[in-house]
Amino acid sequence: MAITLAHYLIVAAILFVLGIFGIFLNRKNVIVILMSVELILLAVNLNLVAFSSALNDLTGQVFAMFVLTVAAAEAAIGLAIVVIYFRNKGSIEVEDISTLKG
Amino acid sequence: MMNWTLALPEAALACAGLAILGAGVLPRRHDMFFPISMAVIGALVLAGVLVLGQGDGAALAGQYVSDAFARFSKVLVLIGAALALTLALDFNQTDRDLARFEYPVLILFAAIGMMLMVSANDLMTLYLGLELQSLAAYVLAAFNRDSERSAEAGLKYFVLGALASGLLLYGMSLVYGFVGTTSFDRLAEALTAEHAASLGLVTALVFVLAGLAFKISAVPFHMWAPDVYEGAPTPVTAFFASAPKLAAVALLTRVLTQPFGELSAQWGQVLWLVSAGSMILGAFAAIGQRNIKRLMAYSSIGNVGYALIGLVAAASADPAVRSEGVRALLFYMAIYLLMTIGAFAVLAAMRRRGRPVEEIEDLAGLARSDIGMAVWMLVFMFAMAGVPPLAGFWSKLFVFRAAIEGGYVWLAVIGVLTSVVAAYYYVRIVRVMFFDAPGAAGALDARPASLTVVMAATGLFTALFSVAPGPLLAAAQAAVAAIAG
Repeated sequence: MAITLAHYLIVAAILFVLGIFGIFLNRKNVIVILMSVELILLAVNLNLVAFSSALNDLTGQVFAMFVLTVAAAEAAIGLAIVVIYFRNKGSIEVEDISTLKG
Repeated sequence: MMNWTLALPEAALACAGLAILGAGVLPRRHDMFFPISMAVIGALVLAGVLVLGQGDGAALAGQYVSDAFARFSKVLVLIGAALALTLALDFNQTDRDLARFEYPVLILFAAIGMMLMVSANDLMTLYLGLELQSLAAYVLAAFNRDSERSAEAGLKYFVLGALASGLLLYGMSLVYGFVGTTSFDRLAEALTAEHAASLGLVTALVFVLAGLAFKISAVPFHMWAPDVYEGAPTPVTAFFASAPKLAAVALLTRVLTQPFGELSAQWGQVLWLVSAGSMILGAFAAIGQRNIKRLMAYSSIGNVGYALIGLVAAASADPAVRSEGVRALLFYMAIYLLMTIGAFAVLAAMRRRGRPVEEIEDLAGLARSDIGMAVWMLVFMFAMAGVPPLAGFWSKLFVFRAAIEGGYVWLAVIGVLTSVVAAYYYVRIVRVMFFDAPGAAGALDARPASLTVVMAATGLFTALFSVAPGPLLAAAQAAVAAIAG
């Protein structure tokens, strides 16, 4: 069976949905949320590269490079914020993030 | 066609940002906050002058566009960023943790991101501008790093902001796949009427809308705003409520009216619900709040709802109503920006014995201890409630008129009713200031001169807008002609 565009899109869609559920259903800790965010961005990259190859157009691959760069910066900032949060609170359990509410 | 000189304001601001960052790091001193802030305000003013002299046209291989709409939004973004930084001068210097030179530099980089957002002519530029602004904003929210509330605000903002970027990007990847281009010009050419109805494209548009609705904190993607506004330091909250919101609304307007203009039947309905939901939630959820920053968060959600009425009218089939809608939206956001910064200048001045206080009750008896600040707050609250002849009245009048001319009478009715409800909590603040007896904790500290400057500048604009509305209306009209012709 040949692997077509549809297969790539389905894999990307599954990764995307896993990422979304990872953020909302995860009750354990914030690192899992950061991993889910990366999963979403990887799903997008897979989409972009698959479309780029199917359309025979380079724009998608250029876009994917930009997304990779931004994802690295985003991960760095996310981890930095998690570190200062841990220093203040002594925990990164998702259920403990509830000082602000109302 | 590279033509990079067209993007001179952004290029100059980016170079100035790197130079200022170097100037902050190299001296190895701890008192660089004030000089670096002054340098950043200077750079923002310089960028504003360059924006005013910018010509029309596309640059950087069509990635970047400069037109009257972009210039109008950029000038307001730069005014918002400069005022938000002025508002931070005294507040940050009284707290050793906040008086770091990185603060003004982050505001500067966020301003570059916002300028790129409103000048984006391609999904790639849109994404990079939005991320440059967001990444700086995540750090700013968590800037008071020894405060648990600030760190939590930063964490929540980061997680939900990253999710929003993910939704937006997934939508953009689908747009690219279905249409085969990311350029706004070529998207507008490709999305003619027969192509428009494709189910995949509508799905992609919904993802893009959801991602952008997160950034402007519109219902149903508003839940981060109250927590982040409450937890972040007050000058940071003032910044979040002003310039980034205006830039994101301008970006949303350009994306929906230019590349996706042909899909207006689809996004018009979605925005109707988003706008009505934001107005209703902004009015009712704010009533029970005791923390004034949280109240301002709900107020800003409501205000985004009113502004979006203009964008709903821009989905109309009639070109006259379309341009009327976009004009009302720009006008609304311009006045909202200045009113909000003024109100936050009062919140930043709320200190008792050097410590910031944030409850509404802390304003009790303000009229007796500091009548000047109480009068400015009265102007801002009455303007937000829409009392004539203050600026906030005209901005509401214009969006409601656009809605009625476009046949969205129910939206206008919801708008009028929710602004009556919202008037209750704005007037309650005025009542607490003027008629309640001061609490046992004593009067607030004397306000610093820098906040008086911000209050007076925005307050005079808000109070005396009716005297000379011409220049702002003319500028908004020129901006509309550039995108909704």
